[in-house]
Amino acid sequence: MLESLTLLLACQLVGEVLVAYFAIPVPGPVVGMVLLFIGLCIRRGVPAPLQQTASGLLSHLSLLFVPAGTGVLLHVALIREALIPIGVSLVVSTLVAVAVTALAMVGFERLSGRKGSGGP
Amino acid sequence: MNDLGDIWVYLSSSPLLHLTTTLVAYLIGARLYRRFNLNPLLNPVLIAVVILVSVLLVTDTDYATYFEGAQFVHFLLGPATVALAIPLYNQIDRVRRSAVALLSALVLGSLSAAASAAAIAWGLGAGPEVVASIAPKSVTTPIAMGISEKLGGLPSLTAVLVILTGVLGATLGPLLLNLLRIRDWRARGLAIGVAGHGIGTARAMQVSEIAGAFAGLAMGLNALATAILLPLIWAWVF
Repeated sequence: MLESLTLLLACQLVGEVLVAYFAIPVPGPVVGMVLLFIGLCIRRGVPAPLQQTASGLLSHLSLLFVPAGTGVLLHVALIREALIPIGVSLVVSTLVAVAVTALAMVGFERLSGRKGSGGP
Repeated sequence: MNDLGDIWVYLSSSPLLHLTTTLVAYLIGARLYRRFNLNPLLNPVLIAVVILVSVLLVTDTDYATYFEGAQFVHFLLGPATVALAIPLYNQIDRVRRSAVALLSALVLGSLSAAASAAAIAWGLGAGPEVVASIAPKSVTTPIAMGISEKLGGLPSLTAVLVILTGVLGATLGPLLLNLLRIRDWRARGLAIGVAGHGIGTARAMQVSEIAGAFAGLAMGLNALATAILLPLIWAWVF
């Protein structure tokens, strides 16, 4: 548990350093994710403790967005002022993104002539 | 015995209080969500935020004070993002087999999210600051804030719009996918991850490991694609 958590933090730290050094337009944790992924590919497998720690952390992933979401308090006035444009834009563009992505994925899969392997 | 007022003054200046309220609010949300069989409309983030905002307004606490406690939870976003490498690795064969379809769908979804958001906000009369803040809203929080700043938006407004988008993606997304009769877990995960970043990924992960892995991948690649493409397209349009 402690080793796994240290490994995750170390990947993030190296990611942050690389981002700062090479001025990469991507956040450190995402680079850290890529580094860990490469490490797993080289090692050919996920160690059991790491799997456990990751499952624990990811099963409460949505909790981690709560503090940022509560920041809505800071912008109540601005959001109230532009309520219609913001509200309509968020709802419609989210639905557009879901539909376009899913239909494109299913369509392209069908074009490439393979099916299945993603069924329920 | 101490005066209750004194105890309040002591507690409200320590991170313990708001760390605990954050966890309690989330547990209430998660409990309700589970009680109703993971009904997407009862999104735990949404419930927790509503509870916390009400508590902060009633107790007249400002966000900076609240965040001193909540930052410990916020901090874990970093290692959790790194940890997304694990479900991705576990599903690597599936990902590799549909790489071409996946990447094409991802770029289309990513561009349509940003373009439709900016166009609708602009068309309905939002100011340039709001339009720039809303364009990167499908990207995960820290990256979206960086992009927003580059485009001339307000990063802290973007953070809130990102969370709202994630909640919308996780609540309305599954309903829309059912309407469209899309049953392929890869496509469902990818769509929820592109539209609703980490909150969508959290939802996908609860429903299916395949969907969770594709959502996590979509979140990462969408962030990458938007961070590179959006500032370029923005400079060209405006």
